[in-house]
Amino acid sequence: MTATTDNTTHGPAHIAAAARPAAQAHGQQHPIKLYLLVWALLFVLSACSYLVDYFDFQGLLRWFLIVVFMLLKAGLIVAVFMHMAWERLALVVAILLPPLAVLVLMAMMAWEGDYTNYLRHFFFMAHS
Amino acid sequence: MTAEPTTSDQTQTSKLLGMFSDWSSDQRSFKSASWGKAMMWIFLVSDTFVFSCFLISYMTVRMSTTVEWPHPSEIFALDIGGKKIPLILIAIMTFDLITSSGTMAMAVNFAYARERRKAALLMLATAFFGAAFVGMQAFEWSKLIHEGVRPWGNPFGAAQFGSSFFMITGFHGFHVSVGVIFLLLIARAVWRGDYDTAKRGFFTARKGRYEIVEIMGLYWHFVDLVWVFIFAFFYLW
Repeated sequence: MTATTDNTTHGPAHIAAAARPAAQAHGQQHPIKLYLLVWALLFVLSACSYLVDYFDFQGLLRWFLIVVFMLLKAGLIVAVFMHMAWERLALVVAILLPPLAVLVLMAMMAWEGDYTNYLRHFFFMAHS
Repeated sequence: MTAEPTTSDQTQTSKLLGMFSDWSSDQRSFKSASWGKAMMWIFLVSDTFVFSCFLISYMTVRMSTTVEWPHPSEIFALDIGGKKIPLILIAIMTFDLITSSGTMAMAVNFAYARERRKAALLMLATAFFGAAFVGMQAFEWSKLIHEGVRPWGNPFGAAQFGSSFFMITGFHGFHVSVGVIFLLLIARAVWRGDYDTAKRGFFTARKGRYEIVEIMGLYWHFVDLVWVFIFAFFYLW
């Protein structure tokens, strides 16, 4: 523990203060009430996304609602259950930024899939 | 200007400075996370890419096929009391997995509070919900196989439905199964008090700490997280 704190004392005092590790002797302990609240919220959000299907919403509204409920649920799980909200920014950035690269692959494959669909229509469906 | 935004600006700046300082400190960058926790996170990032590849390939085949995609809402409906309820089994599985995440989060709390019996029981509850999830998935698989869904075709529509379904839910179910096994192993160690007596583990011969419960929890919540995306993209889309 001392070895990790020593090096952070150079430079301006406010940087050193910002870099000082939080006490970790007690680990990640948060009120049970918070977990129960998040649990309830996840239930409600899941019920909402199920209702999107139950009431058979279609088109843009359906996709929009599905994605919104999905992102809210994912955010709650990562922030509270996985304790990301209490981790230092260095870890948060290292873990949450790289998966965004997946969006590039998604965009490329959407383009590709669209093109394949067009070709299949053009060559296989047009003459039948 | 009020005092409120100034202080929040200052904490934002010092958080950012802290990040640069952590990364440039010529030593460990993750100062609030032990190596075990950091390695679990890095493993989970790599696993994120695996599941992303499955979901993106599913998107690609679904976009490129000219045959109509089967309706998950109807395929996963169940007859309950003579009434057909759409997607009900998947909804129950979702609630089941969320419940297991809730019990896991509380197990971590009790483990750090050194209340090992409560922590172990909550982990057992988590394992039970996980096993129930795998059981429902087995039911779903056998129902679909019985109806003629195969990786190379099915009676409902586009042939790619079967391969995407078995690949994605199979890989996720495998993750849940592995999680259940590790939950049981760690719950046993917690129940016996191995982390109080610093007993050496059977595999690495290292002394364990209660932090292992939190690391196990990270994996378990990740499995729940992946299900959130599968539920949205595969079952609801």
